[in-house]
Parts: sequence; structure tokens; C-alpha cells
Amino acid sequence: MAEIYLDNSATTRPFEEVIELQSRIQRENYGNPSSIHARGVAAEKLLDEARRSIAQLLQCREEEICFTSGGTEANNLALKGAAYRWRRRGNHIITTQIEHPSVLNCCRRLEEEGFTVTYLPVDEQGYVDLEQLERALRKETILVSIIHVNNEIGTIQPVEKIGALIKSRHPRALYHVDGVQSFAKIPTPVQRWQADLYSCSAHKIHGPKGAGALWVRKGVSLQPLFQGGDQEQGLRPGTENTPAIAAFGLAARLCAAQMAENAARLYHLKEKLCRELEEAGVEFYINGPPPAEAAPHVLNLSFPGIKAEVLLRLLEAREIYVSPGSACHSRRPDPSHVLTAIGLEEARLSGALRFSFSSFNDEEEMERVAEAIAAGIRELKALAGRRPGQ
Amino acid sequence: MAALVLLRYGEIALKGKNRRFFEQALLENVKTALKGLGARVVRLHGRFLIYGEEAEEDAIIRRLSRVFGVVSLSSVKTAPLELEAIKEKAVEMVGSGPLPGGSFKVEARRPNKSFPVTSPELNRILGGAILARHPGLKVDVENPSFCLFVEIGAKESYLYRDQVPGPGGLPVGASGQALLLLSGGIDSPVAGWMAMKRGLRLEAVHYHSYPFTGLRSREKVIDLCRLLAQYCGRLELHLVNVAGIQKEIQAHCPADLGIILLRRMMMRIAEALSRQRGLQALVTGESLGQVASQTLESMIAIENATSMLILRPLLGMDKQEIVALARKTGSYEISIRPYEDCCTLFLPRHPATRPRLERVIQAEEALDTRSLTESALESMESMAIED
Repeated sequence: MAEIYLDNSATTRPFEEVIELQSRIQRENYGNPSSIHARGVAAEKLLDEARRSIAQLLQCREEEICFTSGGTEANNLALKGAAYRWRRRGNHIITTQIEHPSVLNCCRRLEEEGFTVTYLPVDEQGYVDLEQLERALRKETILVSIIHVNNEIGTIQPVEKIGALIKSRHPRALYHVDGVQSFAKIPTPVQRWQADLYSCSAHKIHGPKGAGALWVRKGVSLQPLFQGGDQEQGLRPGTENTPAIAAFGLAARLCAAQMAENAARLYHLKEKLCRELEEAGVEFYINGPPPAEAAPHVLNLSFPGIKAEVLLRLLEAREIYVSPGSACHSRRPDPSHVLTAIGLEEARLSGALRFSFSSFNDEEEMERVAEAIAAGIRELKALAGRRPGQ
Repeated sequence: MAALVLLRYGEIALKGKNRRFFEQALLENVKTALKGLGARVVRLHGRFLIYGEEAEEDAIIRRLSRVFGVVSLSSVKTAPLELEAIKEKAVEMVGSGPLPGGSFKVEARRPNKSFPVTSPELNRILGGAILARHPGLKVDVENPSFCLFVEIGAKESYLYRDQVPGPGGLPVGASGQALLLLSGGIDSPVAGWMAMKRGLRLEAVHYHSYPFTGLRSREKVIDLCRLLAQYCGRLELHLVNVAGIQKEIQAHCPADLGIILLRRMMMRIAEALSRQRGLQALVTGESLGQVASQTLESMIAIENATSMLILRPLLGMDKQEIVALARKTGSYEISIRPYEDCCTLFLPRHPATRPRLERVIQAEEALDTRSLTESALESMESMAIED
């Protein structure tokens, strides 16, 4: 029985072409892009090509793409780079309560260093309230950072409306969009959003681990995170990870070519899984927006009365891989900050599982998954039924 | 220059007729611990001398400081059999530059009686040379802050001072072989360490309930075995899935006896495994009165399931003492990793704390203990874990 991988928000299986390209470059094209000789020039061409591929998806200029080691570094560079560069203008940052830890923990660090951060609440589907954003904006605000697609529940923020609001009220505040979960999955016209910064990552789109990018709108100045040579225009020094970056570019091209079809296919798979579960008589709730409104690849479900982690292991035993909605340990209950922010009560928190899809998944897998969930829940209910006091 | 390390062993030298056997066991374990370092071990009267590369000296001492039976280790310098050369080396070993006050003594031995200077004379001459160079020091034969040992051998003289303590105890394997019941918790690795310290060679059995417990708790147990292997070189680990047994118990037996009945099954499996592997006793991390399953009544009910000797090295220890030892051996950091089974599915709300044996045995009649033991062993997974 083949495995069913439904943890694509965590990471994705690389495309075969990507694996081949990356190893071929390591074998044949190992030059340093900064070298003056032919080997260096060949390596530099690989970077340029990757830069073009990323720029095409963002509808921006090539020279605005700064390659990083991944999404976390891109987010760090955006937040700290903007905060340190512009602290003389103001010390206020706005973000949301449902950001990825690489943004939230940057903000906490900046708070320790004297910045003030407003964490916008979200509604029960994970959407930011524009009025609250408007009220939070003040003349000291130097940066607004918004997660485009939430990695746990798939909420797509109205980034265009948010951009319009920020720029109409406070044009000098920089606007960063964390696009790690949206890049190459849904359209990302960053200029139209009036954004200044946009982060993305290779391994979420069937590329390799160890490559990512930050789009920095021309004219926006950031303070680099570290000092070194003048790679990436001095914004991100260090010899570029040419094989991974070139493979990132290829993955982006492959995803871009199929984006609309893929999205339609994944929406269909989500719908299919929900329908199969209903038909199997499984009791469940959808966390976050309705599936057709959320990002195509994320589906967060709660199975009331079930400990998600136990169900996860029963699925794992059948080679079905998903993520818990909330980490659960016997000694250290650690509910997800996202599910807490959308106001889930305890029973739905502890019974939440995240299913995240990719183009490698198919309909037949959804049938098997629904069947496995139904069987797992039956088994757990039978066991629990034996416990005294229940 | 080569490194020279002196290894002392204490207790095993006292064991009369068994002495040769113990020394041989220790020698084997020392050689195993030094594998890959290119060191050579020479047996002296009551001690071992290890020759190795100078760059490996720290590694040699570190590895030997985990071999049970070793009492202490010293880094040794050599000098030719000439008084001037010995004096020079002695002064050099006290250190160059100004020393903070303090006291010392020289303790010379002269097994090689052809050397013309006697031990008391050597003590006096070398002490004088050291004092001449370091006037701030004092000689104190009763309670010195350091001691310089000098030994006149047949071909050269040996000087040493720092003593790294070893773990003591008896060489692993010298006392026999036993099976450690290893959970992912704090206690059982410490129990294993103490059993090894008394010379037992161990294999370990770990009971898990996959898929109700996760794969990371299994990695944790493997890491614990890797740590124990640092003290014994190699350890066989057996992983037994008891999820099926737990389900049977849950379905057919009173809930408050669930833990006792499961533990009885664990004892049976351990006994069968020990017979297969030729192991003589079981070792557990139980300490009296810690939790519900460790009252005297519970222990009686659990032990009743096996006829094997059960060793409980932690029985008389407080939790703080166990934790202190776990920190010392290095197992604590591994044991406190959070992913213990989050599955409270099989835990009764109110486990019986003082179960009557007759009631336990009666409840167990609902189980086919023999076939449950057999099928658990059939699906067992075994692996050798080396340092």
C-alpha cells in the first residue's frame, strides 16, 4: 500500500525534475557566481534564470528578488531589516495573532528591543478586521506584516484591501506579506496589493529545502541581517546556494504553468474528502473558512471527542501522514495559537487535524483517508466506551 | 611524544581467587572502550598502563572514565632513570609561572631497587627542587592541595599528579547478565546504570503501544540505550508492542486493575525473553511508594507473575537522589523530552493502589496470557546499539 502524504503545508515532496536539476548542478556546475571566470558566469546565469522565474510569478522586476535560505530568513530579513532601518521614523509594528512563528517571534524580539507591536485579532474564520487595522495605524507605524495564507487553517487575507488601507492612511509604513503558503499556489500580484515586501519558500512548492526569497520593492531600503560580501546587492551576503536556488526557480515555473488547474483540483479533493467523511458517518467540524473560500491546499478539521494525536498515529500506522491542529503532550498542553485565536473551544482544539494537499494527491486517496479516519474513530470510541465514568 | 595513562582499579583487586577473572573482564572492557583510538594496554601489578597518541589523551581518559571497575586515571609523564632529569620533570609538572600559594607533597616509590636513590631521599630532593622554583608553596604531607607521584620503573621513571575519578564498581559482565525493563522515564535508565555498575551485562526491553504511542518516544529509548552503551560498549534493545494486550485488558478486565495486569504481562514477556537470551535476572526502575503501581501490594501482585529474580537498584532512593544520578550519567536530559505517550486512553481514572493478589489473579483469568506473551514476542523488534 502506497503512502498518502497530506502534510504539504509542512513541506512537499520535490518534483523529480527538481531533484535531477539540483544534483546535476552540484555535479556539473559548481562554480561560485561571484567568480570572474567562465564557471562563475555559468553559475550566475542559473541565479538570473531563477530570479526571472520568481519575478514572473510576482509580476515584479528581477532585481527586486533577494534569495535567502528559506521562508524564515526572508521573514526575519523583512521584519528586522525594516525595523532596524527605520527605527528613527517610529517604533510601531502591526501584525496579526495568526502569523507563523518566524514572524511572531521576530516581533517578540523586537518588543524586547523597544518596539511596540500590535497583534490584530481575527474573526472565527481567521480574517483580520480592516477597521481594527485602521484604528491600529498611527504615525509611528513603520511596518505592517500580514500572513497571506494561514498555514493552519488556510484563510486568505484580503491583502489588496489591506494594502489600499495602509497606503491611503499612512503611505510611509512598509507593508510586508508573508507568502510562504500562497506563493505559486494562488495569484500573487504584489504590486497591485501596494506591498513592499513579500516572502516565499522553495520547499513548500515541491522545490528543495534551503532556498527562499524576499521580494523587496525597488526603492525600499532594509538593513541586512549580517555582513559579508556584496551578494544579493549586499542585502544578503554569503555565497548563493546555486543548486537549490536554480531548483527553486524550476519548481516555481512548473507550479506556475499549472496553477489554476492545480487549485481547482485541490478544491475538488478537499470537497471529496469532506463528502466521503460525511458519507462514512464521521462527525467533524471545519475550522477556518469554508473549504471553497480557504486556500486550495489546506483543510483543518476537528473530530469532537477524539484526541487528534492518537488519531494521527492510527493514520500513520496506515501510512497516511497529517499534522495535528494543536500539539498535545500529556505534560505540556500546547494549543495552537491560530486555533485559539479563532476561538475554538477545548473539545475542538484537542481534536483538530490539518490535512494539506498537493498535486501528487488524488481522489482515490481521499476515499482511503476517509475510510481510515472512520475506522480509527470507531476503534477509539470502542476503547473509550470501556472507560469508567464515560 | 606519546600519551601515557595510568588506570587504577580498587575493589576487584580484593576479590581473592576471582581476581584474575575480574582483571581479565576489566581488560576486555578497557580494550573495547579504546577501540579506534589506536591505544595499547599493558598490565602492571594491580594497574593498567595505556599507551596512545598524544592528541588522543583526552579522548582516552574520557572513555575510560566511563568503564566500570576503574577507580581513577592519571596522565603520566616519563623521564629517564637519572636524578637530574627526574628533578627537571618534577618541577615542570608543578607548573611554570607564579603559583597561587598552596601545599604539596611528593610520593615516590622505587620498585626498581637498582636505582641508587631511596624513596624518602627522592621525596626530599624533589620536594626541595620544587620549593626552590616555587617559594610560595609549602610541603604538607598530611593534607596537601596536590600530590606528585614518582615511580622508578625498570627502564624509566613515571611522574603523575592529576587523578580523574572513574565510576568505580565492577567490570560489566563480571557479575552475570540481566534484562533491563526500560521505559522512557527518568528511573529505569538510572537503574540500568546501577546494575551495570555492579558488573551486570544488560540487554534492554522496551514496551510501547504504537500507534497509540509515537515513533519519537521510540527514538528516545534508542538514545537512552546509546547513552548506556557508553558505559558498557554495546547493548541489545528489544522493542515489544503491547497495544494488543492493552486492548484485551481494557475489553475484559476491571479498569482499576489495568496497570497491574499490564505490568504482569510485561513480566511474563520479560521472563520468556530472558529464557530465550540466557539472561539470569530482571532489572526495574521501581522505587517503593512512588506511584500507584509501586506500593508493596502492587509490587507483590506484579512480581507474582514471574519466577525470576527481580533486581530493583533504586528501591531505597528518593526521587531527588535518582534525578541527581540521572543528571550525572547524562540520561536526565533524554528522559525529560516531552513526547511520552500522550495517549491516556488506557489509563484508568482510579488505579487500584493496594490490589489484593487473589482479585488480580481472578481478573487475569479473562486473558489468554500464554498466547498474548507469544504473539508479543513474535512481533518483537531487536537491535544492537553500540557506543
